[in-house]
Amino acid sequence: MAEVRHLSLGNGRVLFGAAVVLLLAAVAFAAPLLAPHDPLEQDLLLSFSPPFWRNGTDASYLLGTDSLGRDILSRLIYGARIALTVALVAATLAALLGTALGLLSGYFGGYLDAAISRLVDVWMSFPPVLLSVVLAAVVGAGLKAVILAIIVVDWTRFCRIVRAEVLVQREQDYVAAAVTIGLNRWRILWVEILPNLVPTLLVLLTLEMGVAVIVEAILSFVGLSVASDAPTWGGLIQEGRLYINQAWWMMALPMACIITTVLGFNALGDGLREVLDPVLRR
Amino acid sequence: MPLAYLTKRLLMAVPTLFGVAIVVFVLLRVVPGDPIAMMIPPGAREADIGRLRALYGLDQPILVQFGHWLADVASGKFGSSISLRQPVVGLILSRLPATLELALAAMMLATAVGILLGVAATFWRGRWPEAAVDGFAGLAMAIPDFLWGLMFVLALGVLLPVLPISGRIDPRLETNFATGFYLLESVLRGEFRVTASLLSHLVLPMVALALPLTAAVARVLKSALKEAMAQDYVLMARARGFSPWRIIWREAFRNALVPTVTLSGVQFAFLLGGTVLIERIFSYPGIGNLAIGAVIDRDLPLIQAVVLTFAVLFIALNLVIDMTYALLNPRIRHG
Repeated sequence: MAEVRHLSLGNGRVLFGAAVVLLLAAVAFAAPLLAPHDPLEQDLLLSFSPPFWRNGTDASYLLGTDSLGRDILSRLIYGARIALTVALVAATLAALLGTALGLLSGYFGGYLDAAISRLVDVWMSFPPVLLSVVLAAVVGAGLKAVILAIIVVDWTRFCRIVRAEVLVQREQDYVAAAVTIGLNRWRILWVEILPNLVPTLLVLLTLEMGVAVIVEAILSFVGLSVASDAPTWGGLIQEGRLYINQAWWMMALPMACIITTVLGFNALGDGLREVLDPVLRR
Repeated sequence: MPLAYLTKRLLMAVPTLFGVAIVVFVLLRVVPGDPIAMMIPPGAREADIGRLRALYGLDQPILVQFGHWLADVASGKFGSSISLRQPVVGLILSRLPATLELALAAMMLATAVGILLGVAATFWRGRWPEAAVDGFAGLAMAIPDFLWGLMFVLALGVLLPVLPISGRIDPRLETNFATGFYLLESVLRGEFRVTASLLSHLVLPMVALALPLTAAVARVLKSALKEAMAQDYVLMARARGFSPWRIIWREAFRNALVPTVTLSGVQFAFLLGGTVLIERIFSYPGIGNLAIGAVIDRDLPLIQAVVLTFAVLFIALNLVIDMTYALLNPRIRHG
C-alpha cells in the first residue's frame, strides 16, 4: 500500500487528475459560497451582459449574463454540482450492475454466462449515444432519466471486463486452494476473487465518471436532460449555441468546464492504471 | 476461410438480431406520451382518436402487437413516419448514403493519418515526434467527437469563419443526383465545383469524427510496431544493414497490421455511432440527424426503423471484422 501511495504521488497523471477532481468537488460543495448570484435569478434589464474582457460589462457579472440576465459564472459553478452528482451516482450504479453480472457470468459459466454474454452482444449492437437518447426520451427528461440512461447503456463496459478478469482469476492457484479447503462458491467469489478485481474496477470507475459527464452534456445538448432552467453544463452549451454569433463565450465557457473535467477523470483513470497495474508498470 | 467458421459466425448473428428486435420493441412500447397524441389537432373527437389508434394497431394486446410488428419488420414494412408523413424506408434509404459517405471518409482519413503518425513515432523513437504523437493521441482520445465537433464550430465556423458548419452542400449547387453518394457521383461526373462544395462541408464533421480513431490507430500501431521491432527477424534485417525506414515498412509493418486492423474495425463501430451527434451538430442530412429528430418528435415508426438500421449495420460490421481478422490470422481460422 505504501508503495502504491508512493507511486501515485510520483505519477503526473494521477496528480493532475486528482487535482481537477478535487477542484470539481470543492466547487460543487461550496457552490452557494462561491457563486456571486442565484443561478436562477433573472434580470431581464441586464441580459447579454458581456464578460469582463469586453467593453460595457457589469462588474458584478464577471463572465456576463445569458439571454434572461442570469449570471453565467454562478450557473457554471452550480453546474459543477450536477456534473459531480451524475458522475458519482451514475458511474457507481453502472459499475455495480455491470460488476455483479460480470462476476456471475465469469464464475458460474454455463447457461447463465451464455445468457449474460448474449445480452451484452445485443446491447453492443446499438450505438451507445442513440440508445441513451432513446432511453432518456422514453423515461422522460430529468436528472433521474440521465442517470438511468447512463446505467442502462454503460453497464456492459464493466460486465465484459469483469467477466474476462474472473475467467483468468478462476484458474489461479489461490482459488483452487480455497475450493480444496471447502469454502463455498459465493464466499470464494466475494472474499477471494473480488478483492483482486479492485484495481481494475477503480480504473474503470474513474474513466466511467468522465463518460457520465459527457453523456449528461450530450443529453442536455439534445434537449433531453434536466429541466431547461437548471444550470447543467450541457444545457449551457445548447443555449450558447443559439447565440453563437453574438456571444461565443456562452458556449465556450461550459465547454471548457466539461473538457477540463473529462481530461481530469481520464488522467486520473489512466494514471491509476499505470500505478495499479503491475504488468503495465514494469 | 473454411465455410464452417463463416456459417457459425453468421448463425451467431441471428439470436443477436432477435434480441435487438425485442429490445427495440420493449423500449418503444413504454414510451410515455401516446405517439397518436402528436398527430391529432387539439380538440379532436374521441372516435377519431380511436380510429387512428386502431389504424396503427395500438389498441391490441402487446404480444399481438409484437407478432405483427416482427412480421412487418422482417418483411421490411416499417410504415410511415408520423412527423414527416413519408414512408420510413424511403426516408432512411435517402439519408443512409450521406451517413455512409461521412463515416467512410472519416474512417479513411483516420486510418491514413493514424498509420503515418504510428510509423513516424516509431521511426523517431525517443525524440520529439514520438512525444508529439503521444500527446496528440492522449488528447484526441480523451475528448469525444461530440466536443471536437462543437470546438470546430466555434473556432473555424464562428471565430475564424473559414469553413461551412451546416449542411452537406451549398444549396445553390444542389443538382439532380442519381444516387445518394454525392461526393463519388460528382467526381465521376467531373463536376468539380460541386465536389469542392461537398468537400468543404465534409471537412469539419469528418475531422471531428476521425480524431479519436486517428489517435487509437496511431497508438496501437506504435505499440505493435515496437513489439515487432524486437523480434528476431527484425534484428536480422538490421544486422544485414537494411535502412530503418525499410525495416519498419517492409518487415515490421505487416506483422503490426493485425492488431491495428482489428482495432480499426471495432472503432469504426464507435465512429458510426458518433455520426448521430456529429450530424446533429453540423445539420448534416444523414440518418443520425434523422434519428435525433425522430426522438424529439416521438415519431415511433421512424425511431424504431432508424435504431434497427444502426443495429443491423453494427452487427454486419462486426461480422466483417471477424472475417477480416480470421483471414489475417490463421490461428483463429483453424481454432
